[in-house]
Amino acid sequence: MIPTIPQNRGVNLAYNAYVTLFFLYLGLPLAVVAVFAFNDSQFPSLPWEGFTWDWFFGSERPKIGVFHERPILRSIGTSGIVAVLVSLLSVAVGTSNAFLFNRYQFRFRGFVYVLMLLPLVIPGIVLGISILVFSSTVANGLENGVGWDIEALRPGLVLVVLGQFSFITTIATLVISARLQKFDITLEEAALNLGASRLTAVRTVTMPYLGPAMVGAFVVAFLMSFENFNTTLMLVGSDAPLTITMFDRLKEGSTPLLNAVSLLLMAGSSLLAFIMILVQRR
Amino acid sequence: MGGRVVRTEARLGFILLLTPLVLWLSLLIVIPHIDMFLVSLRERVGVRQYQTSLANYMTFLGEPLYLWTFLRTAVMSVLATAITLLIAFPVSYYIAKMVKGRLQAALFLLCLVPFWVSELVRTFGWMILLRETGVFSNLLQWAGLVDGPVEMLYNDAAIMVGLVYTSMLFMVVPLVTTLESLDDSVIEAGYDLGGSGPSILREIVIPHAMPGIVSGSIVVFMLSLGNYLTPRILGGKDSLWFTELIYSQFIVRFNWELGAAFGFMLLFLSSAIVWAVLRMTGQTLEKTMG
Repeated sequence: MIPTIPQNRGVNLAYNAYVTLFFLYLGLPLAVVAVFAFNDSQFPSLPWEGFTWDWFFGSERPKIGVFHERPILRSIGTSGIVAVLVSLLSVAVGTSNAFLFNRYQFRFRGFVYVLMLLPLVIPGIVLGISILVFSSTVANGLENGVGWDIEALRPGLVLVVLGQFSFITTIATLVISARLQKFDITLEEAALNLGASRLTAVRTVTMPYLGPAMVGAFVVAFLMSFENFNTTLMLVGSDAPLTITMFDRLKEGSTPLLNAVSLLLMAGSSLLAFIMILVQRR
Repeated sequence: MGGRVVRTEARLGFILLLTPLVLWLSLLIVIPHIDMFLVSLRERVGVRQYQTSLANYMTFLGEPLYLWTFLRTAVMSVLATAITLLIAFPVSYYIAKMVKGRLQAALFLLCLVPFWVSELVRTFGWMILLRETGVFSNLLQWAGLVDGPVEMLYNDAAIMVGLVYTSMLFMVVPLVTTLESLDDSVIEAGYDLGGSGPSILREIVIPHAMPGIVSGSIVVFMLSLGNYLTPRILGGKDSLWFTELIYSQFIVRFNWELGAAFGFMLLFLSSAIVWAVLRMTGQTLEKTMG
């Protein structure tokens, strides 16, 4: 059924109703999270006790708002640092990978490409434990062998960054490759003919073209890192990123504080997504 | 002379570009998995004394709880994938074929929005909706359909709702992309040749959408199988998920050998099913993912 073929009105009506219901289903959980951030009650549930900003700005018990809740603020900072490091690393390696697969024919190219895709089909929790096991093997080996105790190889932020980087790089590679494939290579050749060295040609011609894709990959990587849970859970040490802190709170029982944090997260990621769309459009 | 400089330059460039890739894949993907496999083959026979054996895999096969949880996780993930596909297909078709221009772009974007938010927030939303003091329970009481509060959380159905919701995007995006590439005139030709709605769906639309169906299903299945958060928060005491067993062996009991074996079983299961699906539908990983 397509619009150009006339259809029974009842069928059309039912179809439209179904799609409307679907979007309600998508929006409902997010809407309730947002609304209950303003409920003047100890619990994020009905009955509605009136509107309040306390879960954002409140400074006294029992209603301490997000902006006065130290552990939450600290873990937002932790998540931010981790996300920036992961994004920088994965965009750098992703760009390098994109050039490698786009410009060079080499033996085992197909095999390496499949290997590069694998992190997408490995469950996050398995990625986490394999890195945990390997890093502790290395750490124990070094400690017993040469007597070095390397703190970075024990569960903590370094491992969290590496764990997230291990699969986000694949996504960055795919995003950047997609744009590099559309690049007209004759432009680069023209630059070479005009006397530019290969490096200058890539830097002044190809890189600006890739820019939007790199920004896009950075934003996607940032968001994926910020909201990652499975891999992080297995590698986290004493400094917990936001998702882990929120998870611990949620297990203890929830207060509208969590709704307020969630609402801020939604606002933040919408803003990032919006910026990304603007950048892509240019 | 000049040719040689270009050749060495290209060779140097190749090595420079290859190095990060090799370091990444070997140090963070390949070697850790080999190491995890080796650890899973270790049996503790004394204090800091190990021998190589299949003991951990035997424990896995010998303990009904482990095996049962494993099978349950697999079956429920397949079910979640099927439900996601059934819900997503009509919506994707609507976005790809029934609307055009701005509305199309807006609806597509609307599908993406919920997934820019952390899975934790989404799960939390379902918790607020489904729990005893939650929105649905209150709504039902207000409508007079039930007498007291109803607990809809902590069961398998709640897990299913959460899993389907969480993976929806990964089904809608590939479906919309493949369905959009189907030319309207092909469908019109189907009608001209006397096809009916269902026969055109079966003979034209679904075969064309197959790559999208396969890649969406693989990702959704993987995400469900490897999910920890949704079963942990929305599920009850009896609805154990296999990832919860891995977590408890690693973090709570500190039995890494058994945990590694569990991890390997999960990896084996997901690879086997992904491989079987690709084989059955004649697709390749490069085509569906890359």
